[in-house]
Amino acid sequence: MDILLQQIINGLVLGSMYALIALGYTMVYGIINLINFAHGEVMMVGALTSWTIIGMMQESMPGTPGYIILIIALVIACIVAAALNFTIEKVAYRPLRNSPKLAPLITAIGMSILLQTLAMIIWKPNYKSYPTLLSNTPIEIGGAVISPTQVMILAFTAVSLALLMWLVNYTKLGRAMRATAENPRVAGLMGVKPDVVISATFIIGAVLAAIAGVMYASNYGTAQHAMGFLPGLKAFTAAVFGGIGNLGGAVVGALLLGLIESIGAGYIGALTGGVLGSHYSDIFAFIVLIIVLTLRPSGLLGERVADRA
Amino acid sequence: MKNQKIFTFLAAAVGLLILPLLLQNFGNAWVRIADMALLFVLLSLGLNIVVGYAGLLDLGYVAFFAIGAYMFGLMASPHLSDTFPAIAAMFPDGLHTPLWIVIPLSAGLAGLFGVLLGAPTLRLRGDYLAIVTLGFGEIIRVFLNNLDQPVNITNGPKGISQIDSLHFFGLDLGKKIVVGGFELASVSLYYYLFLALVVVSVVICHRLELSRVGRAWMAIREDEIAAKAMGINTRNLKLLAFGMGATFGGVSGAMFAAFQGFISPESFSLMESVMIVAMVVLGGVGHLPGVILGAVLLSALPEVLRYVAGPLQDMTGGRLDASILRQLLIALAMISVMLLRPRGLWPSPEHGKSLQNVKS
Repeated sequence: MDILLQQIINGLVLGSMYALIALGYTMVYGIINLINFAHGEVMMVGALTSWTIIGMMQESMPGTPGYIILIIALVIACIVAAALNFTIEKVAYRPLRNSPKLAPLITAIGMSILLQTLAMIIWKPNYKSYPTLLSNTPIEIGGAVISPTQVMILAFTAVSLALLMWLVNYTKLGRAMRATAENPRVAGLMGVKPDVVISATFIIGAVLAAIAGVMYASNYGTAQHAMGFLPGLKAFTAAVFGGIGNLGGAVVGALLLGLIESIGAGYIGALTGGVLGSHYSDIFAFIVLIIVLTLRPSGLLGERVADRA
Repeated sequence: MKNQKIFTFLAAAVGLLILPLLLQNFGNAWVRIADMALLFVLLSLGLNIVVGYAGLLDLGYVAFFAIGAYMFGLMASPHLSDTFPAIAAMFPDGLHTPLWIVIPLSAGLAGLFGVLLGAPTLRLRGDYLAIVTLGFGEIIRVFLNNLDQPVNITNGPKGISQIDSLHFFGLDLGKKIVVGGFELASVSLYYYLFLALVVVSVVICHRLELSRVGRAWMAIREDEIAAKAMGINTRNLKLLAFGMGATFGGVSGAMFAAFQGFISPESFSLMESVMIVAMVVLGGVGHLPGVILGAVLLSALPEVLRYVAGPLQDMTGGRLDASILRQLLIALAMISVMLLRPRGLWPSPEHGKSLQNVKS
């Protein structure tokens, strides 16, 4: 029983990191119908930037409490990631907004490779150990343990989600975003500036991704130039799972995916008598995705028909 | 006018035929680059059927390449007979299945997987399809990586080595042959084989493009609902596109396994799928000369630059080594070509008005 509880906790932590990344994917997709393949890399840049900042701060001001360093690093990582994503959109995606559909997709893939390569040049390709800034005495809940870092991840995700929901549903910018997603041309006629809205979307997505990056690195204790790829892919899977373009769907999809992955990885060995081990956990995401899309092509909470995607 | 066309054609043919003989003088590594470029042309031609003609974005294409390669690798290497005594007993000289059995098997198995992947994804379009195919590619790769236990089938991340080279009609492509005092290295022999395969594939693709099936695919690509209304059986044709594309992938995979003599899951990562898609799109999706151009450029050019990258590496203190430079160039090429020529380097001439730019 406590194993199940432990896997549920792990799954929720994993899922909330996926959720932060998935939101960026789904917002961008909702507005300009582009799979921003470089999104996982924005998360990676966030994580590596924070790693550099933490290293610098620990050297120059020893004795500063861990959480202050973490918050400063997080803020700087968010700013860098936001600037990066803003630039990417402006340079690489904006000129292609009306070209054949495959063109922006290939550009996005190219951008993803470019960012990984640049990160490899700037930060060197080795795995970097990410310092533990919060205390690592685990907290016990009913037989399962949760680390302070994981508590922080859950808290940050909840706060970010609440802020995002408020932003999208109750502010002028949010209304403009929803209008642009619905129909960019009509939104333009109503006085919304689509370019501003799209830039804002990329910046918000980048901030969420940077938060996810810092959380991911502090949870696993490492950071590397290729770290963004698989989480990015799974987050996109989660976004599709929940119905792409739908914010609530992305969160639900991501949490479910995290749970499926960690519970599946915990039990697959026992279920199959040791034939399949936990190293198959990476494919659960995709198997679930294929099943869901076969039965319900528009995703769990998707409203649009698959034909228009 | 017609004479000129024939002349260019002949010149190109002669150029392609003597290319390995020239490259051979600079070392076999250069011929290898040409060989790999031809293999990628083959793969791109296969993917072009799926993406270019039928308009189904497949981001897991490398899975079929892997299936073909592993099929050949398992049927023509000591791996299976080493692991399973039963097989060793059946084939006392080791498992060396002849080419004429393995190639159709690889093609067939890959084609079958293509249809298997196609069947559940028939209702999906566009990006949903892309992500499902991508997932399929990853699933195949994870299985290849982990099927070394409990029964060792794929030998896991270590891969399969000592794969036979290709033999046919008493000719062993793994050894060099001497014709009238002139030496033809093994890599050059493979070059001619791959060239022949590319020519055959180009003819097949060209005929397909003009056929009833090809026109039906393009109708599906432009507007599936309209195509259906015109009486096109979209389900079967989409499955056919997946199957045919996969068959090409399977055959090139088998060639790759025989050519390299060693395969491991690393050669079939998502990055390779992405590269093949990039080749097709960069060159000019759905247009054969464009696709070939894209494949040659993306596969050969970075390799060539790799040989001149030495000085640059010294200049940057080892930070910018050859493989990083290659990746950097590929990424920059993908972005800049798409920004400057969104329809590809050599797009197909437009027939009539395209509906692509009309937003619904």
